[in-house]
Amino acid sequence: MKLKDVLSPLRVWERAAQKPWTIKDPINDRPGADNYRGFHKNDFSKCIGCGTCEEICQNDAIDIVPVEGQETVDGDSGLRPMIDYGRCCWCALCVDVCPTGSLTMSNDYTWIADDPEDYRFVPGADKTKWQDSTVGYTRSPDIQILDYNRVDMLEIKPEDRDKSFIEIVKGYNKEQAIKEAERCIQCGLCTATCPAHMDIPGYIAAIRDDDLDQALRILYETNPMPEICGRICTHKCETACALHNNGDPLAIRWLKRYIADQIPADKYQEILGTAHLVDEQLNRKVAVIGAGPAGVSAAYYLAIMGYKTKIYEALPASGGMARYGIPEYRLPYDQIDKDVEYLKTLGVEIQYNTRIGEDITLEELHREYDAVFAGTGLHLGRSTRVPGSDHSRVYFATDMLREVTLGNEIDVAENIVVIGGGNVAMDITRTLARLQNQKYGKVQVLATCLEAEEVMPADLEEIVEAREENAVIEPAWGPKEIEIKNGKITGLHVSKCLSVFDEDGRFNPRFDEEQKKFFKADMIVESIGQGMDLSYLTEEIKAELKMTPRGRIEVNDKFQSNLKWLFVGGDIIEGPDVIHGIANGYVAARGIDSYLNSK
Amino acid sequence: MSNLSSSKYRGYEADRSKYPEMKNGKAVIDLDSHKYTKIWQGPQHPGVTGNMSVELIVNGDEIVWAKTHVGYLHRAFEKLMERRKYIQCFPLVCRICVPEPDTNEYCVSAAMEDLAGITVPEKAQWLRTLNLEMSRIGSYLMWLGGQAGSLGMGAIAQWTVGMRDFWLDLFEEMTGGRVYHMYMIPGGVRKDLPDGFKERARDLIIRTRRLLSDVENTFISNALVKSRLQGLGIITPEMVDEFGIVGPNARAAGRGYDIRINNPYVKYDELDVKMITSTVGDAYARAQLRYNDLHQSLDLVSEILDRMPEEGAIQAEMPNLVNWKIPPGQTYVKAESTRGEHGFYMVSDGSEKPRRVFARGASYTHAISVLEKLAVNISISDLAGLMVSLHTCPPEIER
Repeated sequence: MKLKDVLSPLRVWERAAQKPWTIKDPINDRPGADNYRGFHKNDFSKCIGCGTCEEICQNDAIDIVPVEGQETVDGDSGLRPMIDYGRCCWCALCVDVCPTGSLTMSNDYTWIADDPEDYRFVPGADKTKWQDSTVGYTRSPDIQILDYNRVDMLEIKPEDRDKSFIEIVKGYNKEQAIKEAERCIQCGLCTATCPAHMDIPGYIAAIRDDDLDQALRILYETNPMPEICGRICTHKCETACALHNNGDPLAIRWLKRYIADQIPADKYQEILGTAHLVDEQLNRKVAVIGAGPAGVSAAYYLAIMGYKTKIYEALPASGGMARYGIPEYRLPYDQIDKDVEYLKTLGVEIQYNTRIGEDITLEELHREYDAVFAGTGLHLGRSTRVPGSDHSRVYFATDMLREVTLGNEIDVAENIVVIGGGNVAMDITRTLARLQNQKYGKVQVLATCLEAEEVMPADLEEIVEAREENAVIEPAWGPKEIEIKNGKITGLHVSKCLSVFDEDGRFNPRFDEEQKKFFKADMIVESIGQGMDLSYLTEEIKAELKMTPRGRIEVNDKFQSNLKWLFVGGDIIEGPDVIHGIANGYVAARGIDSYLNSK
Repeated sequence: MSNLSSSKYRGYEADRSKYPEMKNGKAVIDLDSHKYTKIWQGPQHPGVTGNMSVELIVNGDEIVWAKTHVGYLHRAFEKLMERRKYIQCFPLVCRICVPEPDTNEYCVSAAMEDLAGITVPEKAQWLRTLNLEMSRIGSYLMWLGGQAGSLGMGAIAQWTVGMRDFWLDLFEEMTGGRVYHMYMIPGGVRKDLPDGFKERARDLIIRTRRLLSDVENTFISNALVKSRLQGLGIITPEMVDEFGIVGPNARAAGRGYDIRINNPYVKYDELDVKMITSTVGDAYARAQLRYNDLHQSLDLVSEILDRMPEEGAIQAEMPNLVNWKIPPGQTYVKAESTRGEHGFYMVSDGSEKPRRVFARGASYTHAISVLEKLAVNISISDLAGLMVSLHTCPPEIER
């Protein structure tokens, strides 16, 4: 034993003179670090109730519950996370995964309550002492639990596409589609928002598992036009996608297209198990007017239910506005045919070139069939009615697009102005740009609209691509007069548009008459909306039929008019877009079924 | 080494010359003879390192027979992970060892990264190294307190556990949690260091060294400590091989094996880690070795803080971790915890959840079989000191 070892421990007494470490005051708070994972906070203005926090919580501590005052709207389920602190382990994975960044943590960690139930609470709804805390754990921008970057879609370059109507978007291959499908968080906000309420997370999961047969079956549960919808749907689902809050939304539309593109038409019957339908038809007949999305959808679900269904189409091919209103570079005609041809294998007849009201009357259909579904679309143009708009070289976009599809010669001018800022306006602008390029080797088409660029109704990609194809877009100008000299159009006078809607939200544009411009043109196309052609309604039917104050046919929630046998849907009721038409057709088919069964 | 030859010999092969009688290699103990008493140390006892117990038969003060019992703490972490997505595993595994949770976090993330073929960015590697080394400091400080406390020196335990709390303050700043840090996620770490962290860490290193000089005076060079620990629980090099003893327990017996040196992971290959060994193999040698290891950890933290790049990604580019599937495969990753080799074996089957996870903590050997052997022929009052000197951590036995 060394003497040092005996004496050295006595130096412990040195510490008696040192300042103690212990916090002497236990009453005051000792705040957690700025990064501390304390009690949760939730910013309701950002939260969309996607439930990813609930999904990821490995303790099942989070339930997503209805909260008073939170409405369910597109892109927000109206539900909010309730956290059970009896289960929470404060790992903050819910915070890291939150796509909106609404869920955060305070640095507060003490809470005393009498009732154990208090420890199950909805952060953001229930008052807490830490709700205004500015510090605590938040999602770091440097890490990614979810994948916010979309798999790029390959497109044909502007210089390769601006003279032809070749399809621009190439579509995903298998590897890309699975990678994109893996980004989905299965929140289902898309399903709630989709007018057809498609099981989007379901078919995306099937893509992930590379089970395309199952994916197709899921598509056809609610949507019999996947090729069409997979290309030109207005994809409200993507706007609602939770990932959109912090990055690119999931490319739902392209994934849908991927499923349909991968499966050849002749496999559909086998996969969907519909071969027996033709032989098992009921002795009940339904007529469908119009082979557009609404008509096709109604006919499909009627056929599935066993009804003998016949579609009457005024034009020589199917697709309705999807064919005659949308250019081929966005939706190739053979893809429309693929969807419609499959319909024919179910025993649905389609009679083309037959206009109801001219070739057959609606009464005749009523007599011959048990029920009638009309999805006749918006094929008429609307005029700006500015001075000069009655000139023969002023056209409606809808008419012109139809002529292009029908293959008729268009007398394309060298300078064209398109009035309108929606997708149809972009369609005609880009169609005319191609035709000009073919004819003159250059593009001199200009589109102008009332709305400022940020609020233009057209999809952003349409505007970008139109510009890539050398079309000029001039937003926020209001047409005032079409100048005509010697019987020929010379151009369009416009004034700066300051606002489109008034305080009550009504269409009432305000102009700054001081700011003027003149767009040179020798041909003008109006694309400011479409109107419906209800000329097939005879006077007798019109007298009985109830209309809404806005001139639409009044229908119930099954799209049934007050004439019980007549169901109406599609653009003339809702939309205008493809997916509303498909959704209407589905609901109407079920309505017709319950009407006929109760007859 | 003089103790070995003295009557205080308490080596691996117990001295059974007096009692109990041995038959066919088994001790014959007749409890009805009133010569022996059976007592239980644990599962609730200040002298055990966690929720486990040692069943003892004593003759007077001397332990003549010992059997370890575990099973009081089983939370089925391995099984739970089989039912959780990969990303949901990291909040679970830290609970496998309370004083040193980060080794588990590192191993589970590294196993997933290995299976999925992900390379962790440089900065994240440095942050992980810092986190792991800080965690070793916290664990050693806790152990130091335990070792002193087990010998009745409560004051030293209060100093070191108090100092550990200052390290937990740093963890709190860095990770958001004091005890369970949940800092390492697949692909990297969750946050970069907060402002001023390095200065505060350097300051704390100085304070810790000051404390350690006090510990040196009062514990390491303390005649009482020496008399209690020297010759207690001697591990021979042969035992190291036979039982699979790892970490400081093996290094104190002369078997130099440190994963940070032998199989460097994260940034240890770029750091100056020295192999600290001893040849005595008793509890005092282990205490001294751990004390030196603690000093080395402080050096390493200081070096990491100096060398860590300011900028850089903290997470590799990852897919959506909610749907993350790992291709089929199996891997074993290991890291040096303060108790020795800590390893995770993981099997993936291509699904979103691990097929099998196996956590191998050093205590499995040290606390169950080694302790059982070493406890025989020692005084019952030394058992607590022996158990701590093996640095056993029962939660990692029961995953």
